[in-house]
Amino acid sequence: MTAKIAYGDVEVGTELPAQTFPVTRATLVQYAGASGDFNPIHWNEKFAKEVGLPDVIAHGMFTMAEAIRVVTDWVGDPAAVAEYGVRFTKPVVVPNDDQGATIEVSAKVAAKLDDNTVRVDLTATSAGQKVLGMSRAVVRLA
Amino acid sequence: MALDQSFVGRTYPPTDPYEVGREKIREFAEAVGDSNPAYTDPEAAKALGHPDVVAPPTFVFSITFKAAGQVVQDPQLGLDYSRVVHGDQKFAYVRPVRAGDRLTVTSTIEAIRSMAGNDILDIRGEVHDEAGEHVVTAWTKLVARATEEA
Repeated sequence: MTAKIAYGDVEVGTELPAQTFPVTRATLVQYAGASGDFNPIHWNEKFAKEVGLPDVIAHGMFTMAEAIRVVTDWVGDPAAVAEYGVRFTKPVVVPNDDQGATIEVSAKVAAKLDDNTVRVDLTATSAGQKVLGMSRAVVRLA
Repeated sequence: MALDQSFVGRTYPPTDPYEVGREKIREFAEAVGDSNPAYTDPEAAKALGHPDVVAPPTFVFSITFKAAGQVVQDPQLGLDYSRVVHGDQKFAYVRPVRAGDRLTVTSTIEAIRSMAGNDILDIRGEVHDEAGEHVVTAWTKLVARATEEA
């Protein structure tokens, strides 16, 4: 485990570089194949609307995977993530156009814990709405 | 109808081993647009102290969710899967999943609650490698929405 960030160099409130992640219908088809989650609400507009959704929505696990990239890019080694949890509060609605949707993720150090670990709180929004709640990771630093 | 509380604590038999492949990890990393070389380049992974490429943190969900299928499709439990949405997800990692791992999952029902007609099911998946070492624990909260006519 080789974190790029030293425990001594961060304080409560330290912000991680924020990122914006694009998501289109093609992204969702690719993620469905890679993850094995072929639920039609993630690629079939007719089906999604029939079950009461506004349109096709991204896999919650896709959004969860994007959000943690803010942490893994910051710390360098993905194995530095010791814990990671989220609540799926709102769906990321993905229209069938060239733009698709974007997921905006910011994060900051919320607490310094024992054993060179910190708690990072993440905020993920799409179209101005918070799409993940209670999104937290415990990260082991150098 | 509320689910039977007597299922709380029930543990299902371990799954058959899932063999984690380098190319499957690459496919997953590409699907989430993540170019961290630790996912695709064994030398880069070794430079970080890993014996082979590692999987992104949420990769293991594909394995634990399939294992949780034993629970959600248990006819005795009687969950209406057509009304299920994913509420929460959490992972606690002992080490990252990596290429070459042969992983088994043991699923346990941790909690069953009923709120406003919704059934809420907490499933814990313990993931072990071939040597029997604990790799990661995944907690999955599923919510079966109440039927309108209820």
